Amino acid sequence: MEFDTIAAISTALGEGGIAIIRVSGEDALEIVDNIFKGSKKLSTVDSHTINYGKLFDEHGNVVDEVLVSVMRSPKTYTKEDVVEINCHGGLIAAKRVLELVLDNGARLAEPGEFTKRAFLNGRIDLSQAEAIIDIIRSKTDRAMNIALKQVEGQLSKQIIKMRRELLEVLAHIEVTIDYPEHDVETVTHNLLLEKSNSVKKEIERLIEVANQGKVLREGISTVIVGRPNVGKSSLLNALVHENKAIVTEIPGTTRDVIEEYINIKGIPLKLVDTAGIRETEDLVEKIGVERSKKALEEADLVLYVLNYNDTLHEDDLQLMEILKDTNVIVIINKTDLSNQLDIEIIKELLSKSPIIYTSMKEEIGLEELETAISQLFFAGNIKQDDFTYVSNSRHIQLLKQSRQSVADAINSIEEYIPIDMIAIDIKNTWDALGMIICDSVSEDLVDQIFTQFCVGK
Amino acid sequence: MSMGYKAGDFGCIVVGAGHAGVEAALASARMGVKTLLLTISLDTIAFMPCNPSIGGPAKGHVVREIDALGGEMAKNIDKTLIQIRMLNTGKGPAVHALRAQADKFAYQNEMKSTLEKEPNITLKQAMVEKLIVENDVVKGIITRSGAEYYSETVVLTTGTYLRGRIIIGDLIYESGPNNQQPSINLSHNLKEIGLNLVRFKTGTPPRIHRESVDFSKMEIQPGDEVPRAFSFDTKEYRLDQIPCWLTYTNFHTHMIINSNLHRAPMFSGAIEGTGPRYCPSIEDKVVRFNDKPRHQIFLEPEGEFTEEMYVQGLSTSLPEDVQIEMLRTIPGMEKAEMMRPGYAIEYDVVVPTQLWPTLETKKIKNLFTAGQLNGTSGYEEAAGQGLMAGINAACRALGKDPVILDRSQAYIGVLIDDLVTKGTNEPYRLLTSRAEYRLLLRNDNADLRLREIGYKIGLIDENRYQAFLLKKNQIESEIERLKAYKVKPTSEVQEMLKSAGSSELNNGTDLATLLRRPEVTYDMIESLFPGLSEIDSAVKEQVEIEIKYAGYIEKQLLQVEKMKKVESKKIPEWVDYKTIHGLSLEAREKLSKIQPLNIGQASRISGVSPADISILLIYIEQGNKNMELNQHGKTE
Ligand SMILES: Nc1nc2c(ncn2[C@@H]2O[C@H](COP(=O)(O)OP(=O)(O)OP(=O)(O)O)[C@@H](O)[C@H]2O)c(=O)[nH]1
Ligand SMILES: [Mg+2]
Repeated sequence: MEFDTIAAISTALGEGGIAIIRVSGEDALEIVDNIFKGSKKLSTVDSHTINYGKLFDEHGNVVDEVLVSVMRSPKTYTKEDVVEINCHGGLIAAKRVLELVLDNGARLAEPGEFTKRAFLNGRIDLSQAEAIIDIIRSKTDRAMNIALKQVEGQLSKQIIKMRRELLEVLAHIEVTIDYPEHDVETVTHNLLLEKSNSVKKEIERLIEVANQGKVLREGISTVIVGRPNVGKSSLLNALVHENKAIVTEIPGTTRDVIEEYINIKGIPLKLVDTAGIRETEDLVEKIGVERSKKALEEADLVLYVLNYNDTLHEDDLQLMEILKDTNVIVIINKTDLSNQLDIEIIKELLSKSPIIYTSMKEEIGLEELETAISQLFFAGNIKQDDFTYVSNSRHIQLLKQSRQSVADAINSIEEYIPIDMIAIDIKNTWDALGMIICDSVSEDLVDQIFTQFCVGK
Repeated sequence: MSMGYKAGDFGCIVVGAGHAGVEAALASARMGVKTLLLTISLDTIAFMPCNPSIGGPAKGHVVREIDALGGEMAKNIDKTLIQIRMLNTGKGPAVHALRAQADKFAYQNEMKSTLEKEPNITLKQAMVEKLIVENDVVKGIITRSGAEYYSETVVLTTGTYLRGRIIIGDLIYESGPNNQQPSINLSHNLKEIGLNLVRFKTGTPPRIHRESVDFSKMEIQPGDEVPRAFSFDTKEYRLDQIPCWLTYTNFHTHMIINSNLHRAPMFSGAIEGTGPRYCPSIEDKVVRFNDKPRHQIFLEPEGEFTEEMYVQGLSTSLPEDVQIEMLRTIPGMEKAEMMRPGYAIEYDVVVPTQLWPTLETKKIKNLFTAGQLNGTSGYEEAAGQGLMAGINAACRALGKDPVILDRSQAYIGVLIDDLVTKGTNEPYRLLTSRAEYRLLLRNDNADLRLREIGYKIGLIDENRYQAFLLKKNQIESEIERLKAYKVKPTSEVQEMLKSAGSSELNNGTDLATLLRRPEVTYDMIESLFPGLSEIDSAVKEQVEIEIKYAGYIEKQLLQVEKMKKVESKKIPEWVDYKTIHGLSLEAREKLSKIQPLNIGQASRISGVSPADISILLIYIEQGNKNMELNQHGKTE
């Protein structure tokens, strides 16, 4: 758990589309060597060297041209062996490379895990420990939340269903092992084969779906919120450089959530415009407001827009209460008009957030806004690897792991390996699937045995 | 309690001489500690109040482990069994399990005589009523007759005696198992000294007279014809075995039960204790699985020289008259003469999360508890704990380091870790499915896993140890031989493969690779390519398993390696969970209560998330560094 080899996309997405995949741990060199071809094996090169070469996938296809830095323990950030792969091919290639690294035995790093290791291995000094704890607490919980949200709905339903089937089979196997003399029918070879094959097929289907839909549809989830008519849609249009959202002088124009993908200083953002938040009786608008609140919960970054020309409303105070623990940039818009806004209150309530003054009408303040976003990003307050990739790569990885386990099971069944060993693979499949939906309690199995079967003295 | 008098000083006092107590006392005595063993009745030493059998999946494994470590259960059952079988032979080697029918009476006598012969054990009949505790350290015990015994350590193994209560229909009375005297005052005393107790329930079926049974209507269940034994050191085998019998309940049985449910304490509310799901009473089974037309009933002899038979599968607390009626609906038992009724028994249990993995209580130093008292069920689970509690009490008395088995070493390790880390809300039964490294924890390799430890602590003598080393060497060299031995596709080899139903060889290979084929056995290979010297069948078995399942075994070894790394991260004593900023509330509560010894144990506590573990690690590291800094400050 703590001491295996970890990997993640680590930084520098901004500069010229280069992404770095960082791998840290005992097996880092070996893992990257598996997919890398350069003039030398990485395991033979000197420490702190940069090596040119190409990365290949399992079919022997070139994935990217890369520069690989090899840094051997202990003079590295984590004090473990560290390999950093600099990819040129931008985001998609980076993601592909990360997947390859994971396929070859690395585990996707948890939020803050490189830093944690650096600390545990004595690299970072004491004063920073508390800060790391905060990162772990907030980011892990948030990453988990996001992971959960991503698998909500269809995917999690499928997984729950597969797990239920596997658990029944497992309980059946286990009961015949632990109660060999009870008149429980033994699990037949054919039944096992059939079940395992159907689970494998389903897992493969899910992997395919996950791979297709997710390539570019990702970015730091950035949600624009604020009261009606403050200029949210105008902001979206300005950032996208296109008229994507309808802008009118009527409050309550945007009634549903609008999503756009943009790139600000190399940082991918999923920009979400929402319905202005206010108490309303209008049913359609009400639904919109609910959706806005939901989008807010999933946000990695919030752009909170206020009207310079208006006073603070009760709605604003409530909103600020919700926002005070999230990453927020306060945008005070319509500065071309006269000041009505009590900015001191905002500074007090959202003391940690930067405030940017803009006028969409006169196109003022956009540059400052973009800088503020990238600063937050590079200061590590919002982390690309934490949010954008964690959830998706994580569950693809776990799906692959479960596919491997169920394939092992099928193999063993076909070779007539004893049933208790097949059970090991089936249990692994069940566990890996459970990790996708953050649920793996082995007591379940014991419970299942006793609810499904009647055994005992 | 009568007037007190000073009765003696010991290194270890064991209270209760059931399956846990006898192992505890023998272990401590054999490790050189002066040991006092007290029992309410000298006639119920190692008594089996329930089924007359020992072993089965996971449980049988424990018996083998006890033997490997130098305990007594395996030897005792080998000497007194009347039938023995290997179960699960159609499945993989990891789940092969021995089960023996015991002659209950012989079992007791044999164990009593072993205890009596042990020079370091003083065996006495006494009802212990009170612990002598000073400043949360146990100092000794006081008996009902006023005897005060002082000791460095005390091991409680009181089974189901604490505030025991027997229930048969609406008949309820205070009692230990099988109408023995219950232990009431000790239970109150344990609460007084600050231990948390809960109430559990278990049950037993009626016994009937052999002469009243018509065996022609039942299916015979004979023992194995091959000689088998639990102990690695047993050399004499019993071959004339006594069979068990199989029959079934039917519609009539179920009807009688259903129409008398209102008289069943389970449903009338007379029972408050939590019963085990895996060991339901027949009324429970009929209600919960009402679509099952019949349930198995095994008739098992209680001993060789008694006519009493145990009706396995019919555990019940229905009223006596209903028991008789229901028995007589079962084929072969139409005229059954019931000798003892089945009953349910309720008793107090020490919440096991109050224990360290050594089975010492966290609250009272030098006080250990083991067996059913800790919430387990079964003789084997009791004996396994008793052995470990005895070993650790002796280690304490001798000033040695404690012995803790981990989950990859032994079922006993799984059992104790589950108890002290997760606790249990019903009588805990070991199952092979509770062990994550099942393939490593086999019945056949218990000695390879544990003999070394038994030898180190002084429970395995030099002779037995040398025999073990020899076996180990033979296994290793035979595996080497098979790996190195190259074979060509000669007609002999092809012939052997063909007759085994395996595909023929295209190229040369080695014997180990050949043996990895599912259809090929060690015997086949040995017949064509015998080794230099004759080797024992136990050695052959190991060689075959290690080679055949190498892939799976390696996978599990890798997992174990990971687990060990985490397990080796100790949690220092200065850790104060209440002050750790960032821990979730639930984690904080659970961790403070359980006080895990290392990060591995901490991560197995339900409600403790990976994030909590990360935070804990950082906190520990931070504290360590702080201490280092302070030390520097002082020395300079
Ligand atoms: N004077 C001035 N007007 C602006 C500015 N930004 C936006 N507006 C106007 O304000 C009105 C509302 O703008 P929108 O962008 O539709 O506002 P919104 O927050 O999306 O409103 P809803 O969707 O109704 O919640 C439009 O008439 C815009 O032209 C600004 O900086 N100055
Ligand atoms: Mg709008």
